[in-house]
Amino acid sequence: MIPPFDSAQAVGFAPTTAVAEAPVVKEPRDWRRLAEAITLPAGALLVAMGLFGGFCALAGASPLGVYESIYTAAFGSWFSFQNTLIRAAPIMLCALCTALPLRLGLLVIGNEGALVMGGLGTVLVGATWTSAPPWAALVAMALAGMLAGGAWVMAMGAMKLYRGVSEVIASLLMNYIAIAILNHLVNGPIRDPASLNKPSSYPIPEANLLGSLPGSRVHYGLLFGVISCLIVWFVMEHTVFGFKVRTIGGNLRAARIVGLSVGKISLLTCFLAGAAAGLAGMAEVAGVQGRANESLAAGYGYAGILVAFVARQNGLGILFVSIVLGGILASGGILQRAHHLSDATVLVFQGIVFLVILFSDSLYGRFRIFQERTAHVR
Amino acid sequence: MSGDSIGWLGVPLAIAAGAIRGSAPFLFVSLGECLTEKSGKINLGLEGTLLLGAMSAYAVACKTGSPWLGVLAAGFAGMCLGLMHAWLAQRSRVNDIAVGIAMFIFGSGLAFVLGDPYIQPSAPPLESFELGNWSQVPQIRAALKISPLLLLGVGLAFALHWFFHNTRWGLFIRAVGDNPSAARAQGISILKVRTLSIMTGSFFAGLGGAFLSLVYPGSWTRLVSSGQGLMAVALVIFARWNPRYCLYASLLFGGAQAVGPALQAAGIQAYYYLFNAAPYILTLVIMLFTCTPKRSLAGAPAALGTGE
Repeated sequence: MIPPFDSAQAVGFAPTTAVAEAPVVKEPRDWRRLAEAITLPAGALLVAMGLFGGFCALAGASPLGVYESIYTAAFGSWFSFQNTLIRAAPIMLCALCTALPLRLGLLVIGNEGALVMGGLGTVLVGATWTSAPPWAALVAMALAGMLAGGAWVMAMGAMKLYRGVSEVIASLLMNYIAIAILNHLVNGPIRDPASLNKPSSYPIPEANLLGSLPGSRVHYGLLFGVISCLIVWFVMEHTVFGFKVRTIGGNLRAARIVGLSVGKISLLTCFLAGAAAGLAGMAEVAGVQGRANESLAAGYGYAGILVAFVARQNGLGILFVSIVLGGILASGGILQRAHHLSDATVLVFQGIVFLVILFSDSLYGRFRIFQERTAHVR
Repeated sequence: MSGDSIGWLGVPLAIAAGAIRGSAPFLFVSLGECLTEKSGKINLGLEGTLLLGAMSAYAVACKTGSPWLGVLAAGFAGMCLGLMHAWLAQRSRVNDIAVGIAMFIFGSGLAFVLGDPYIQPSAPPLESFELGNWSQVPQIRAALKISPLLLLGVGLAFALHWFFHNTRWGLFIRAVGDNPSAARAQGISILKVRTLSIMTGSFFAGLGGAFLSLVYPGSWTRLVSSGQGLMAVALVIFARWNPRYCLYASLLFGGAQAVGPALQAAGIQAYYYLFNAAPYILTLVIMLFTCTPKRSLAGAPAALGTGE
């Protein structure tokens, strides 16, 4: 849409009004829009399941049996749903790490690195300050994890802002650097001599580990994830800070002209994003493993990137999509046991689901039923 | 071990050997990415392409007994993934980087599933030229084993450079990558040019996979690739979108990969993992010094990352 010619803007006057009059496409808050936003991803999920069923049939397993197993393993019982939630927790937090900077217009794919740095920060504090009372140790570990992850992603933001380094490439490189630092530390300076087969760091004392939510095996990391998603949703959609972030992402020049401190807001957002991924690392180290080793880099970061895209950077959407993906990941074992499929089959399923949902994004506005009757005035 | 007969010379020799042996996957992947990015799109999924290529090459070489058929199969497997990426990444409102990561997950999953039966059997390897027979030193003889695939890659680097600057199609690709609207006005089909570029680029990446499973390391496992495909994007920036520089960058990355093991063999063990990350740190530092917020990098296709 081309904005009407504005003479004041052309001669450089009154820049603030130029922003106020910037073409704001009025979003029709119509049931049709909501229906479209629900139907398209749901339809895409069905298509993806159909394709995956074909794949399983080719591999010699019955598609319906496979679907049933995935459902049983992911959501069938309280026991299996807990497995799903344990996997969903780090994905949620990693997805926030991409979703927040994406609102600024920055595509950060350094989730894996931020998670690893968060886990390292956690173990450095947790394994050295062993005399701490549990609550103090947990608070210190969470702060260390968030600080390490946050600083890691903030560095990417700063490189983009002040040196113009592409944040995509910088974050990709920094993933590898983070994993190298992890490997260096757990194979050398902080290696526990007792860990023979799988080099690991010194353990965090058992008393200081992150416990489980009452009545379940799910560690508190899930609570961190859910609360973070809700906070991000509220802050981004309903506060001035969120509006500032969205303004920078929508039109950087306009944001500068109205006097937003672009640098400060961008760096803060990047820090919060990295802190979320760092918290995921903290939960993995203090809630699941008890120590740091190379299994920290288990691919949750890359899954999180896609979740952020599929959920359209919306905090509530991330919550929901992460649980679905956690379910898919949790069903890896049963596919191997019950259907003699390779354990990597879930990777194929995950890939197909994401590809079809990304494809469905290009279908918005293509179906008549979802359009308002007055939409063709132009 | 290397210190037996030639002393400290073993370290630089091992690094040079590593550069010759380890650079081919980097080279093919970066040439493929270079071709793709010249047309204005990014393919971040080449890691999946590399793995599927490695698996296909190994499987076909096992079944047919001919490693060269395996190489061809790897290229075509890569091309199929390239077609998917090209089709998806060019639809409106679809982000090519997100598609790339999804293709990375899909491609590696497919390679792992289909490749499971081939972890045990051994495929006929692709024989290398032994250019070091004149020497008595075993390290030199090992270093000068040059695979025909590497020579193919070197030839490809120069051919691609010539192609970009001396042919009609080279001009089309550069035009589409630098100014899509002008190219469209000239009657060039952007969809066609980009689709063919991405498919050919993925073909090259598949060949890189064939090198992994048939030459070095020379077998099919899930860990056969150590992230060369993901690094392609960084390598191309390092090489400033110039195929000839891709060759030098690949040799540098391949050599840097060998620094850690070479020092380990010489008895220096402390910083093994950090040396492995040396190429990534180097790329980041170079980008920090050469980028400015004012304009894009010299040599970068103008339409790259604009979604146009």
